[in-house]
Amino acid sequence: MSVGIVSYGAYIPRFRIKVEEIAKVWGDNANSIIDGLMVYEKSVPDIDEDTITIAVEAARSAIKRGRVNPERIEAVFTGSESHPYAVKPTSTVVAEAIGATPNLTAADFEFACKAGTAAIQACVGLAGSGMIDLGLAIGSDVSQGAPGDALEYTAAAGGVAYIIGKKEIAAEIESTYSFTTDTPDFWRREGMPYPEHGGRFTGEPGYFKHVTSAATGLMEKLGTKPSDYKYAIFHQPNGKFPSRVAKMLGFSSEHIKPGLVVSRLGNTYSGSCMMGLAATLDIAKPGDRIFVTAFGSGAGADAFSINVTDRIEELRNGAPSVEELLADPIYINYSTYARHKNKIKL
Amino acid sequence: MSVPRFWRRLKNVYNLIGTQCENCGMYYYPPRSLCPKCRRSSLIIPFKFKGEGEVLTYTIVHSATKDFEKHVPYILAIIKLNEGPNLTSQVICSPEEIHIGMKVKSVFRKLGEESEKGMIYYGTKFVPLLNHSGK
Amino acid sequence: MRDVAIIGVGCTEFGELWEKSFRELFVEAGVSAIQDANIQGGKIDALFVGNMSGGRFIEQEHLGALIADYSGLASLHIASTRVEAACASGGLALRQGIIAVASGYHDIVIAGGAEKMTDVDVETTTHALTAAADREWEGVMGATFPGLYAMIARLHMHRYGTTQEQLASVAVKNHHNGSMNPKAQFQNEISIDAVLNSIMVADPLHVFDCSPITDGAAAVVLAPADVAKKYTDTPIYVKASAQASGTLSLHDRPDITTLDATVAAGNRAYRMAGLSPKDIDFAEVHDCFTIAEICALEDLGFVKKGEGGKATESGMTAIGGEIPINPSGGLKACGHPVGATGVKQAVEIVLQLRGEAGKREIAGAEIGLTHNVGGSGGTAVVHIFGRER
Repeated sequence: MSVGIVSYGAYIPRFRIKVEEIAKVWGDNANSIIDGLMVYEKSVPDIDEDTITIAVEAARSAIKRGRVNPERIEAVFTGSESHPYAVKPTSTVVAEAIGATPNLTAADFEFACKAGTAAIQACVGLAGSGMIDLGLAIGSDVSQGAPGDALEYTAAAGGVAYIIGKKEIAAEIESTYSFTTDTPDFWRREGMPYPEHGGRFTGEPGYFKHVTSAATGLMEKLGTKPSDYKYAIFHQPNGKFPSRVAKMLGFSSEHIKPGLVVSRLGNTYSGSCMMGLAATLDIAKPGDRIFVTAFGSGAGADAFSINVTDRIEELRNGAPSVEELLADPIYINYSTYARHKNKIKL
Repeated sequence: MSVPRFWRRLKNVYNLIGTQCENCGMYYYPPRSLCPKCRRSSLIIPFKFKGEGEVLTYTIVHSATKDFEKHVPYILAIIKLNEGPNLTSQVICSPEEIHIGMKVKSVFRKLGEESEKGMIYYGTKFVPLLNHSGK
Repeated sequence: MRDVAIIGVGCTEFGELWEKSFRELFVEAGVSAIQDANIQGGKIDALFVGNMSGGRFIEQEHLGALIADYSGLASLHIASTRVEAACASGGLALRQGIIAVASGYHDIVIAGGAEKMTDVDVETTTHALTAAADREWEGVMGATFPGLYAMIARLHMHRYGTTQEQLASVAVKNHHNGSMNPKAQFQNEISIDAVLNSIMVADPLHVFDCSPITDGAAAVVLAPADVAKKYTDTPIYVKASAQASGTLSLHDRPDITTLDATVAAGNRAYRMAGLSPKDIDFAEVHDCFTIAEICALEDLGFVKKGEGGKATESGMTAIGGEIPINPSGGLKACGHPVGATGVKQAVEIVLQLRGEAGKREIAGAEIGLTHNVGGSGGTAVVHIFGRER
């Protein structure tokens, strides 16, 4: 009785700002930042884009790709750390804008960068148990980095939507495993515009401990090893962390290459790992096995083992690929960036 | 615009749902509850537009009302939907790109907000049809 | 139906009148019209006031009663009615007054218009004016009035080769006319370059392509034509009063560059007066934006569609030209207190036909036309006046 990805869709705003442009403003050495983060540029939302509009575009893309009747969607969960409303769901707007209302359940998720994969797990549970036909799990963010903070170089905008169900599966989710502790490595208090983080504390006790624990836990549960997988995707707050954690776990650079989109995109937070998976599904062949581990500060990690089915070929050209969404960017300067990110108060 | 007033037509604005008169076949967006052609013989049903059309005319607004002052300059256009009716919306592209006859498609964007505390209005704007590698 | 004549006119100065309130403006215009007609207040049967947005500009509705009261007519309990059709409110108030007299319901009627626009900030004014468009399907999308007319201009330029210089020539002419009107808001001449170098409001319209925000009031006294000579030696006769509506939204117009309500109102007026565009000696048209005057020239039949820009550039519409347009300076230079504009246009026609227009006098004019538009063309009001009955 398998459950998995019926369709998926991604959305990336067209605007980019280069690391050099941000570094210039703060007097930083761009090359050392690029070397340190392995990120060259990041996506920036348009002035009229936010987590909701990005979630809607990603969801519509998923519906289009899979030629899914939106009325079959009986759950919409949107994960984000930048929901436009503190109270009032992003997911109700999404549900209305894709024509899935009113016979469905909806809620917003927040778990830093892994809120989207938590939404996938919820959909897997509901669809797998037969409580719903299809579930829509979205990770979408217009993440905020305080001006001058290290996060400003990577905090990007983008979203990915997965339609989860038991019929017409393009990628079976054979198992998922999570590892969660109370680890305050990164947070944003209610009403505050920018997050705070524990600097290097986010690394070892945060990212690496949780990602390795979840990944190892899942492989132990399934009795698999890295060589059983064709591709692997790890949460990518920068280019360095996923590369290092892949090596620690025994995955090669070939494993992670198709899904490592952070260097041209930045960290799309709730969309980060899911974007890597989308980019990988864009090129995956039937029979490929994919290993995924998302990480969210606070902290926790969700690992997934995924088997690509024959139906993936039917989804291939139904909607823009991540590669196509990354192509043809419009580069902006810092002042335009500041306007787009509402850093100029009128 | 007040919350109930926006909410009442939210489905129309989100999804380009207008109306069609089954009596004469005419399409209406914005929706009409009475067909101006058939009047009392109107047989009005909802109709979801595909969201593609072309720019009939446009302007670049530099001086806007308070609700839009953060957005200037923006491109305001009258768009002829492929199904027939015209509507007023914004086109998201550079001022150098916009031209009469440009083919466009609908996207989901923020239209505005009451204030930092108020409701956020979402709806349909347009982008050039050929974008993101033509897809 | 009785013929109707204007037996008196009054108009305040137009501009940013910081010291004057709405009620003072209307009373000033009304009293000067009554003085001009040489009648007693007790003779007045009814009052119609055109006003677009008292509710938003001065947070005051119930303007009919307010104006009757402050005109000293409350004790006479005259019928007093506020009329609204956005920027055509004044023209419509005039038409309601004419209908009231023509029908025999009332004998002496004051038709006026007033707007106090500077008591609120510019954003609020712009927002209030946007209410003349479709708030739900235009305003909410970011449409402004300059934006809507700019879209008309853009298509007119695309289709007919109209140039920005031709648009600017409307403003230059109207400023020239305004320089001879002591009541005009702008009495300075401007050049084509000044228009083209002014701030862009909504491409291709610059700020000098737009009429300003103005305070002002105007009023006329109407009487049955049969008795008009009892009050004045120079009554001006209403030869036609026509009104037409069109779609509220610009996007629903069959042709974006044609205000079809203007065409309909114009045709009705010509028919009613038994005249054609060629018979009109001069006109006050609704030039809320320069493109609007170009469209008006075409839609009223003075030139063929698409030739309004060229005609203006050639001098055809200047005082001394074939068909002088907006000798008062128009909305552009005289100012545009929205509710007052339609009445002020009639005041200008009366002054011209009486030979009292001073330096801007159009020699030998017998027949004048007014054209007042609401919104982007949802309402159009056309009046034709003559020296002879």
